[in-house]
Amino acid sequence: EKSKTSFFGKLNKAVAGKSKVDEDVLDNLEEILVSSDVGVNTTLKIIDRIEARVAQDKYLGTSELNQILREEIAGLLSETNSGEDTEFVIPKDKKPYVLMVVGVNGVGKTTTIGKLAYQFKKQGLKVVLGAADTFRAAAIEQLQVWADRVDVPMIRQNMGSDPASVAFDSVKAGVDQDADVIIIDTAGRLHNKINLMNELSKVKRVMQKVIDDAPHDVLLVLDGSTGQNAFEQAKQFTAATEVTSLAVTKLDGTAKGGVVIGISDQFKIPVKYIGVGEGLEDLQVFNKIEFVDSFFK
Amino acid sequence: MFNSLSEKLDKALHVLKGHGSISEVNVAETLKEVRRALLDADVNFKIAKEFTNTVKEKAMGQNVLTSLQPGQLMVKLVKDELTQLMGGDAEGINLSGDPTVILMSGLQGSGKTTFSGKLANYLKTKKTKRPLLVACDVYRPAAVDQLHVVGGQIGVEVYSDKGNTDPVAIAKAGIAHAKAKGLNVVIIDTAGRLAVDEAMMAEISNIHKAIQPQETLFVVDAMTGQDAVNTAKSFNDILNFDGVILTKLDGDTRGGAAISIKSVVNKPIKFIGTGEKMEAIDVFYPSRMADRILGMGDVVSLVERA
Ligand SMILES: Nc1nc2c(ncn2[C@@H]2O[C@H](COP(=O)(O)OP(=O)(O)OP(=O)(O)O)[C@@H](O)[C@H]2O)c(=O)[nH]1
Ligand SMILES: Nc1nc2c(ncn2[C@@H]2O[C@H](COP(=O)(O)OP(=O)(O)OP(=O)(O)O)[C@@H](O)[C@H]2O)c(=O)[nH]1
Ligand SMILES: [Mg+2]
Ligand SMILES: [Mg+2]
Repeated sequence: EKSKTSFFGKLNKAVAGKSKVDEDVLDNLEEILVSSDVGVNTTLKIIDRIEARVAQDKYLGTSELNQILREEIAGLLSETNSGEDTEFVIPKDKKPYVLMVVGVNGVGKTTTIGKLAYQFKKQGLKVVLGAADTFRAAAIEQLQVWADRVDVPMIRQNMGSDPASVAFDSVKAGVDQDADVIIIDTAGRLHNKINLMNELSKVKRVMQKVIDDAPHDVLLVLDGSTGQNAFEQAKQFTAATEVTSLAVTKLDGTAKGGVVIGISDQFKIPVKYIGVGEGLEDLQVFNKIEFVDSFFK
Repeated sequence: MFNSLSEKLDKALHVLKGHGSISEVNVAETLKEVRRALLDADVNFKIAKEFTNTVKEKAMGQNVLTSLQPGQLMVKLVKDELTQLMGGDAEGINLSGDPTVILMSGLQGSGKTTFSGKLANYLKTKKTKRPLLVACDVYRPAAVDQLHVVGGQIGVEVYSDKGNTDPVAIAKAGIAHAKAKGLNVVIIDTAGRLAVDEAMMAEISNIHKAIQPQETLFVVDAMTGQDAVNTAKSFNDILNFDGVILTKLDGDTRGGAAISIKSVVNKPIKFIGTGEKMEAIDVFYPSRMADRILGMGDVVSLVERA
């Protein structure tokens, strides 16, 4: 186990009286980053940048290096993400605001929807859920439990019915009921299954028959314990649905979710939310400084 | 995104070609590529390092056969070492109990409930067993409903007790129910849990102690990254499980977590999940998995080309 003191301790020793960060520190940094699922490419990119800045600035104290390190890592995370928001906000000019939730199997889509509905409802917003996962066993019942918990209406059809039809009904119902937010659940699917990805594009398109710029947000949910495959997930889901934001779940465990740094850098999609448990309140607005700090804990 | 190892080795091998023996200098670049390929495939950092060190030692200790170029030798060493790490022949399920009790464990969303159904269906159709599914996930919304739907799809009875919130009691009652009805395999589905959740880990430990299963299986998502070692180790410390199930291999993940888990707990990977349907189950072949992690099909052809 790597402790905070051991890494920053080494950092301290290495920079004492030197203008160059030594090999040991960089090796240690590499281990921390790769072990947090940041990936070799992004890790090397971060290390290169740090080396360049160390070479440029003649003298560097530990605290400055420490700062640079955080800045460089956080810098790869989307600029649209100030890291200072703590509120769950919905743009006021879109009503109803349609949010579509996508991702591979078992990452936490349905749970995240339940938690989001809770947050929006708490702000006094009118929320409608759409149970467009008509495939997985008891997926509709699962979302229904969340809808009942939060006390918001849910639009459903039978298992096996057309998900696009459920999405259409849900958006329509949301408009009719004067909802502020409509959140559509979709079935988990692996991004290499072409038919299922096409189905998702269709689910998205169908909503536009009701509201032409819907969905306003396509939220890709990534499991925080996923490794480098998350890159491919981001790529393929973006190709099928133009993903506009990310949620990283299960960060209450020991996994660090570092893969989102590279994803955010490469695809310019901001991380909006993090899941930190299975309860109603266990969703937070993403804070990049805290996120980066968690790597060194 | 995932350049196969062969491409990378191909590049690195240019350095080696023309040299008659493996030396510290010409092996370093190749091993760097091997290590990187392993990390890209989500093999744990430390394990990838150990692996390349082992390969290096073997390479240095070995005389180059006249018939092999050093590059070919390296490829062979990597392939052999990894295959060996992945384990021997496919291992089945211990069905010696009367009834045989099988306990599922794993993180949230790894595929336990789905795999419980697949295993029940497999044992029913391929091994002519009479299985019972027992719903011990009292937490996840509609988890019990989910298992009932799955049971319905495969024609296997599901035991549940909706008012009961004690998984230990439900598991015991399920086994008693199987005995009474002459069912000879009991598959216990449990809630997903994090290794750091002490209360939940204590719970599954209590279930395990109370029912003494013939088989305890750890179900893990093949897309798992670096954390796979921590999780596998924690579950194994508490359950001393008998085997690993690797799910969602129908995706395009390289599945390096398989090596990490194997190295850290040294338990066989028994089955793989290859889809959401009940038929999407397969026994595990270590050599195929090694091939997948390394893109080995290409490496073999590389050896032939070299
Ligand atoms: N510990 C923890 N568990 C979570 C979190 N988010 C979701 N889960 C759990 O992960 C499991 C899967 O969550 P779901 O919401 O069903 O995931 P999904 O993406 O909808 O799954 P599919 O619809 O089957 O693809 C459940 O057991 C959830 O309780 C989280 O942030 N932390
Ligand atoms: N593509 C694919 N999907 C799978 C596979 N195994 C399970 N799934 C899907 O993964 C998701 C989670 O599966 P579950 O069986 O609910 O997982 P679980 O471990 O029981 O989840 P919790 O009870 O919430 O911890 C569902 O959408 C399943 O359909 C597989 O081998 N391939
Ligand atoms: Mg779901
Ligand atoms: Mg389950």
